[in-house]
Amino acid sequence: MTRPLLLRGIRPYGVGDPVDLLVRDGVIAELGAQLDGTGAERFDGGGLVALPGLVDLHAHLREPGREDAETIATGSAAAALGGYTAVFAMANTDPVADTAVVVEHVYRRGRDVGLVDVHPVGAVTAGLRGERLAELGAMAASAAAVRMFSDDGLCVHDSLLMRRALEYVRGLGGVIAQHAEDPRLTAGAQAHEGEVAARLGLAGWPAAAEESIVARDCLLARDAAASLHVCHVSTAGTVEVLRWAKERGIRVSAEVTPHHLLLTDERLAGYDPVNKVNPPLRTAADTAALRAALADGIVDCVATDHAPHAGQDKDCEWSAARPGMLGLQTALSVVLATMVRPGLLDWRGVARVMSERPARIGGATGQGRPIAVGEPATLILVDPDASWTVRGAQLASLADNTPFEGMELPGRVLVTMLRGAITAEDGKVLC
Amino acid sequence: MRHLLSTADLPREVATALLDTAEALKQSLLGREVRKLPTLRGRTVVTLFYEQSTRTRASFEIAGKWMSADVVNISAGDSSVTKGESLRDTAFTLAAMGADCVVIRHPASGAAHRLADWVSTHVVNAGDGSHQHPTQALLDAATLRDRLGTLNGRTVTIVGDVLHSRVARSNIDLLITLGAHVHLVAPPTLLPWGVENWGIREARGWPVTVGHDLDAALPGTDAVMMLRVQAERMRGQFFPSAREYSINYGLTEARLALLPEHAVVLHPGPMLRGMEIAHSVADSPRAAITEQVRNGVHVRMAVLYHLLAAQEGQA
Repeated sequence: MTRPLLLRGIRPYGVGDPVDLLVRDGVIAELGAQLDGTGAERFDGGGLVALPGLVDLHAHLREPGREDAETIATGSAAAALGGYTAVFAMANTDPVADTAVVVEHVYRRGRDVGLVDVHPVGAVTAGLRGERLAELGAMAASAAAVRMFSDDGLCVHDSLLMRRALEYVRGLGGVIAQHAEDPRLTAGAQAHEGEVAARLGLAGWPAAAEESIVARDCLLARDAAASLHVCHVSTAGTVEVLRWAKERGIRVSAEVTPHHLLLTDERLAGYDPVNKVNPPLRTAADTAALRAALADGIVDCVATDHAPHAGQDKDCEWSAARPGMLGLQTALSVVLATMVRPGLLDWRGVARVMSERPARIGGATGQGRPIAVGEPATLILVDPDASWTVRGAQLASLADNTPFEGMELPGRVLVTMLRGAITAEDGKVLC
Repeated sequence: MRHLLSTADLPREVATALLDTAEALKQSLLGREVRKLPTLRGRTVVTLFYEQSTRTRASFEIAGKWMSADVVNISAGDSSVTKGESLRDTAFTLAAMGADCVVIRHPASGAAHRLADWVSTHVVNAGDGSHQHPTQALLDAATLRDRLGTLNGRTVTIVGDVLHSRVARSNIDLLITLGAHVHLVAPPTLLPWGVENWGIREARGWPVTVGHDLDAALPGTDAVMMLRVQAERMRGQFFPSAREYSINYGLTEARLALLPEHAVVLHPGPMLRGMEIAHSVADSPRAAITEQVRNGVHVRMAVLYHLLAAQEGQA
């Protein structure tokens, strides 16, 4: 085995006096003040905040099919640099991840790259066509052990099919992650239905198209006693529906993206498609409601919806552009800017919404664990006082479609460690 | 003025200067046998049309030619666009060939803005999706100035498919800038979401009034602008039938009689006679539809002049 590693003077969850943490054989072997650590390699933490490694329930790694936009290798690098130790890779690849063969391929590629745990998400319906169920059991039983299923990018809009999916996946101990969008209400939609889109002449994406599907799915989950996860919640109204469902004990969880916490449709004025995303950027009232919901747990976690796109798919007219934004390397900083700096969330809260809850929802055992003796040394060290300026071209993703271009954001990930192995350090990917 | 992309960002003095120039050009050409000014000799204007158009495109071409510009017309049907070339590459190509000004019509809202981001040539928006059609608004304003003297304090009623209309958007913005009051009349399905509230609170929206009753609106109107009803809207469940639309929102002879004596009828064309406007109304002296077309040439001459010939510091 590799040499033990002594992290000196770190602050788990950003609380208390600095302590030392000894990593041996991939596990946290000792934790306390002034550890001896003779023979161990030393890393001077200098008061850095230690958090469990981040877990992203929602990323598009584009492989197989669009390796010009992202690969599992480049996406894993972006994830490690962003502080992630596990990433759920969405199923809308080409071919679609709707069979055991494809999910095992993605899983093995992730393992070969070795920077983060790559958990393939299985498609709910064959070919994402929304017509019949994919072989969910085969994907669950495969080496990839799929537990989360989603047609993300498209909504499982047929009510009966969604009911069956929820029921069936309950038997697999899994969860359906729904992209909530009534396709009849969003035909041709280009932007949040509101004043900005109306003035810009962009067809509206009404909030009700999301909220009505979330409400329906919560009722279906209630009756099926099944687990539902709502992808990228974007409206204040959805928060109210979720609150209603959670108060009644319905097993629903939800994620919000960093861009929906920070950005609004006011950015659309120049028609730069870097701001085009699905669901669309909404209003300041929505971002405020989403921040509050994330703070009080109605929205469980942050997920990036990391969506790399090749240059030609963004450097074009608005309606021709593909929706989506990079997210893996900027997520933590955006959460610091929108949640921690304003006092809505402390570091324990960050650990909860970016690591512990998503690991639980996705069934990623060994991730999102406490920073405690005997637990896997899967953690990150963050400099809370640093700041950096986002440059898309400098991000590890092949694509550079970040909406945060040029923004100065707080916090830097200095070390990412996966089961004792450092995967990224000081802005560079290792191994 | 570097580009003409939208009337929303057109200051009142620039809009007025454009209208004054159009009027001066009209006067200077009046009664001339040879309608050719040397102003834009040696300048190249490209019209780049991704949608079918007769009047707008011909109008820009005539405007350019009357000022001695070289005018090149490209339409999507017969260009490399059909071979899959992107708008961006087409723009670079035209810029590299030395186009001084690109006049673009495109089905995507914001296409003209994008073009202006990519190339350094002057860009004129000749209609982008359901966003803007600024020269249409300018020619409408020129026509209303001719008929009403001024737009300040006048009430203009816009009737029909405001939701999908670039003509409506550019007119609303320009008319408000020029001091007019804008009243929208349409079924709620054809109005932008929430437009009723925009005038009554701090919003980025338009300070307009909204109604659904055309008969009630007409007596207090100085000009009524009828919007074209597009065939696909009839299929899209925006209203039950063409017949019902025509009954409720068509400008009939009976409705014409409700207008004040001085009021003007506008239509951007092409008209669906018998649908949004009665045959006899379109041909009545109250209608300024051919004046709109005539003013269109002068307004577009003025726009090209201000973009290509006016000195820095001028509007």
